Amino acid sequence: MIEVRNLTKQYGAKKAVDDLSFTVNDGEILGFLGPNGAGKSTTMNMLTGYISSTSGNALINGIDILDDPIEAKKSIGYLPEMPPLYLDMTVKDYLNFIYDLKKCKLPRKAHLEDVCSLVKINDVYERIIRNLSKGYKQRVGLAQALVGNPPILILDEPTVGLDPKQIIEIRTLIKKLGKKHTVILSSHILSEIQAVCDRIIIINGGKIAADDTTENLTKNISADHRLIARIDGPREEILKTIKNIPGVLSVIADMEREPGIYDYEIESREDADIRRELFKRIVDRRWVMLGLRSTEMTLEDIFLKITMGDNVVIQTKQSEEEITEKFEQNASGTPETEIPEAEKPEEKVPEEQIPEAVNTDEKAAEEKTSEADKSGKKRSKGAKK
Amino acid sequence: MGAIFRRELKAYFTSPIAYIFIAVFYLYTAVYFININAYYGTTDMSTVFSSAFTIMMITLPLLTMRLFTEEKRQRTDQCLLTAPVNLFSIVMGKFFAAVCVFLCAMAVYVFYVTALVALAGSVAWATVIGTFIALLLMGSAFIAIGIFVSAMTESQVVAAILSFIIIMAFYLIDMLAGMVPVEWLKNIMAALGFYTRYYEFTTGILNVPSLVFFISVIFIFNFLTVRVLEKRRWS
Repeated sequence: MIEVRNLTKQYGAKKAVDDLSFTVNDGEILGFLGPNGAGKSTTMNMLTGYISSTSGNALINGIDILDDPIEAKKSIGYLPEMPPLYLDMTVKDYLNFIYDLKKCKLPRKAHLEDVCSLVKINDVYERIIRNLSKGYKQRVGLAQALVGNPPILILDEPTVGLDPKQIIEIRTLIKKLGKKHTVILSSHILSEIQAVCDRIIIINGGKIAADDTTENLTKNISADHRLIARIDGPREEILKTIKNIPGVLSVIADMEREPGIYDYEIESREDADIRRELFKRIVDRRWVMLGLRSTEMTLEDIFLKITMGDNVVIQTKQSEEEITEKFEQNASGTPETEIPEAEKPEEKVPEEQIPEAVNTDEKAAEEKTSEADKSGKKRSKGAKK
Repeated sequence: MGAIFRRELKAYFTSPIAYIFIAVFYLYTAVYFININAYYGTTDMSTVFSSAFTIMMITLPLLTMRLFTEEKRQRTDQCLLTAPVNLFSIVMGKFFAAVCVFLCAMAVYVFYVTALVALAGSVAWATVIGTFIALLLMGSAFIAIGIFVSAMTESQVVAAILSFIIIMAFYLIDMLAGMVPVEWLKNIMAALGFYTRYYEFTTGILNVPSLVFFISVIFIFNFLTVRVLEKRRWS
């Protein structure tokens, strides 16, 4: 069991990990999801005692990693982001060294054989690590974590650099290991976490943005309930019409594709399929629908969504006038900016979300948005030329 | 400690570094041995011993430069620091591995002494044994300094040059002491100097304070290495 209480790591003025608290129960596979630089590796390094925390505690099976590091480290197997391999050693020598280093009590030969067959490195057992492919190096790194059969495994991006077949193998292996071990797994790949973990913690900017079971989160974040409709007609009336469709949470239209024709980004409740209703209403009003497609949420969207989860609900309660007002502001904010369709996904950060994102102190989101703004400006300049 | 010691020792002997180090040491001392003992037919080994100071000063930093720099560069320190071992045993493992390679180099003196005994019948045993111990301790002190420097930087070259400079400072300090007009400073500088203490041994004087001095240097620098590693975790 791992208990993390108010864990904080500060580098100068920057808080890499900010007041993190969570518990991982025995036999649970916890996924750590976050963009690069979110604080995943820092957290893992603190849990394993590689670096110390600025404040807060990390308890491994009830033992504080800073109070009794040796006892706590005995129950951890750690695969860092870069597998810690001595390149000039053979796999055999290396694993024997790790075995000695961890002061294992298990029968040496049989145990190392077990570990090797588990991660499938038997055929490179006598080879020098330097000459191994990245995939094999990663597996030797994993083998290193498994030596001594520690009850807790902390794996920092274990499938980086593997080919698709190996990724599936490693995932299956981690799932298998999860039956007997407590596993913390980090990744910035959503599908990977989804496939392996029971529970997901999303961290961003050093803070927990979400902590839920995979089932719940997947339901929330990956359901296909974002549509983009290109409709020819009066913008404000269309907005009102769409807004009135039951199940629609929000709709924005700040991208004029052709003169008088806008793309309407519609977000609906995940249990509602609004496509038919949308089509009917548009046709009823004698407008023309030029296109309808669903958008897949990127990791970035999910972060934004999760970090402003409460605000989404509030937003739906707002009066229509307010919303329309916002749309007008948005429309005047980015007038006639022609953006090529291919580049659109990056631009998807809706402008009305900016103040809310800032309110939740979501620095990363803020940065992202401003970046998007900048690139938007650049593009508009380019378009003018 | 045992695991780290064995790994480091093996790493020394699977790379050319230990062989080159030992070969250079053999060659250098052999020149003096042939030039002094063999050529003039003397059993006085003090020159052969005292000449070793220079070669140790140059080559021992090369032996220790990679001990911690490589760990950091390859990120293998993550493996050591997250294993259930304390920092002191990590440092000691590395220290003794380097001392062991140094001992292999020192073993050449056994050959010289045996040769002299075979040719001349006897040597001044007290001087020879005393000097051998002193040389071993001083070399170990150089190694402790080298390890300390390697824990502070990520570049092998920087580590080698910096430890060379520190050792050189210890070598030059008692020469400079003679020029310092302030009495107490002069005494401190003279006390810190390596060479005078070492030279005494080569003349056959087993000076206990000097033995304690070298052992203290070894201890202090190994301790500092542990502190440096500790500090990196906290920064």
